[in-house]
Amino acid sequence: MSIKGKAYIAGAYEHPTRKAPDKSVAQLHAECAAGALADAGLTKDDVDGYVCAGDAPGMGPINMIDYMNLNKLRFMDSTDVGGSSYLLHVAHAAQAIAAGRANVVLITLAGRPRSEGQATGTAPRAGNPLVPDTQFEQQFGTVTANGYGMCAARHMYEYGTTSEQLAWIKVAASHHAQYNPHAMLRDVVTVEDVINSPMVATPLHRLDCCVISDGGGALIVTSPEIAKSLKRPLVKVIGAGESPKGQMGGLVDLTYSGAVRSGAQAWAEAGVKPADIKYASIYDSFTITVLMQLEDLGFCAKGQGGKFVADGNLISGVGKLPFNTDGGGLCNNHPANRGGITKVIEAVRQLRGEAHPKVQVPNCDIALAHGTGGMLGTRHGSATLIMERE
Amino acid sequence: MARKMFPSVPSAENGAFWAACEAGTLMVPKCKSCGKSHWYPRALCPHCFSDQVELVASAGTGVIYSFSHMPRAPEPYTVAYVTVPEGVTILTNIVDCDPATLKIGQAVKLTWAKVEGGPQVWCYTPA
Repeated sequence: MSIKGKAYIAGAYEHPTRKAPDKSVAQLHAECAAGALADAGLTKDDVDGYVCAGDAPGMGPINMIDYMNLNKLRFMDSTDVGGSSYLLHVAHAAQAIAAGRANVVLITLAGRPRSEGQATGTAPRAGNPLVPDTQFEQQFGTVTANGYGMCAARHMYEYGTTSEQLAWIKVAASHHAQYNPHAMLRDVVTVEDVINSPMVATPLHRLDCCVISDGGGALIVTSPEIAKSLKRPLVKVIGAGESPKGQMGGLVDLTYSGAVRSGAQAWAEAGVKPADIKYASIYDSFTITVLMQLEDLGFCAKGQGGKFVADGNLISGVGKLPFNTDGGGLCNNHPANRGGITKVIEAVRQLRGEAHPKVQVPNCDIALAHGTGGMLGTRHGSATLIMERE
Repeated sequence: MARKMFPSVPSAENGAFWAACEAGTLMVPKCKSCGKSHWYPRALCPHCFSDQVELVASAGTGVIYSFSHMPRAPEPYTVAYVTVPEGVTILTNIVDCDPATLKIGQAVKLTWAKVEGGPQVWCYTPA
């Protein structure tokens, strides 16, 4: 059974905070939920499905459901694949709706890594010894930044990708962020700014890395009947895919991501191709994340990502594929160290025609959002979502 | 190496592997059923699910598959994947080297790092 056309994204809300020392994580989740419901024109009592991931405090979804006092639920999910979770949550919500198991599904994300002073990507942390890989990896100081650094180094080795090409991804994000009053980093930067910024994990510089921010977001996924009864522009889910990728029993290959498989599933279900996409939200934990995902999703051939992103090709109004017009994780925010939900939110803005006028893509009728969660260098989840304006 | 490593907490599943580390031998698991090596060590072969896994001593050589150096860490270090002759690619550190001269494809050899509170662990250094 396909989910194509069976569900709509009727509500989307991004919390404006980027630093929230005076709010709890649960409160941020609830504020995002209230914002998304208000955006959709629905109330808490309309919600019959709730989905969250590991950023929600408590046992799966249970504690947040009780905190928000959601009394009419008949669908729950808490699949946690890091920052990619929220993209596949939309797909799981659509599946539940298509099967008649829910009508209005709420998805929330929130966190406060900035207020809590987490050195998210660079400070080794002791892992849970029950996680089977921990005892063979944590001694070596594997952190997010050097995991992605190893992917970038191998990409450079295999395909001749350069630091300058990677820098163009940050440059494009900064061109968009200048128009977002909530973005953490609003200054337009140059390729030179990126490659002259301090080296964090070779070959990735500080400006190749996303921001660390507090915040959150929420989405409302509904049945077609409910979406059409509301006053918001119609954003229809037309295709989705999800895939894990790991070390394959020791046959490590860092040149591609799970997007190869999640993308193929989404393209097949939606019946569209990369050339049909007017706007793309691409997970940008690091510049290399974007480059590899663009290749793996088929926007360019494997190894050609460097050429594809150079010279402003990702800048709205300039290049062929406008991406992350909110400034993305590289400039805008990365709430709870998980950027998946903001990828969907900006795609919804574009499809509704509600992005900032300076970055709005004209006649944006089909958009893609993609997420990578976990560590591209060890094991990760990938999720792809394709949406259409009706 | 100056950087403080988090000690491994060896599980019963991999007791023989860790005992060999303490004795100075890096073992790579190999499946007697499908003939394939795997990494990291497991009781069930991740290629075919057979429980007929034996430990084979690694030749102690390898080539760098990829690496990333952390120059701004309190004690700078280099994390790497090294492909060993037994056919698997393993996470490790490259030590006792000038990180600026490291290259993917470079030959390396096995060495050991003492870890406070846990078994010593495999590292590699330029051959």
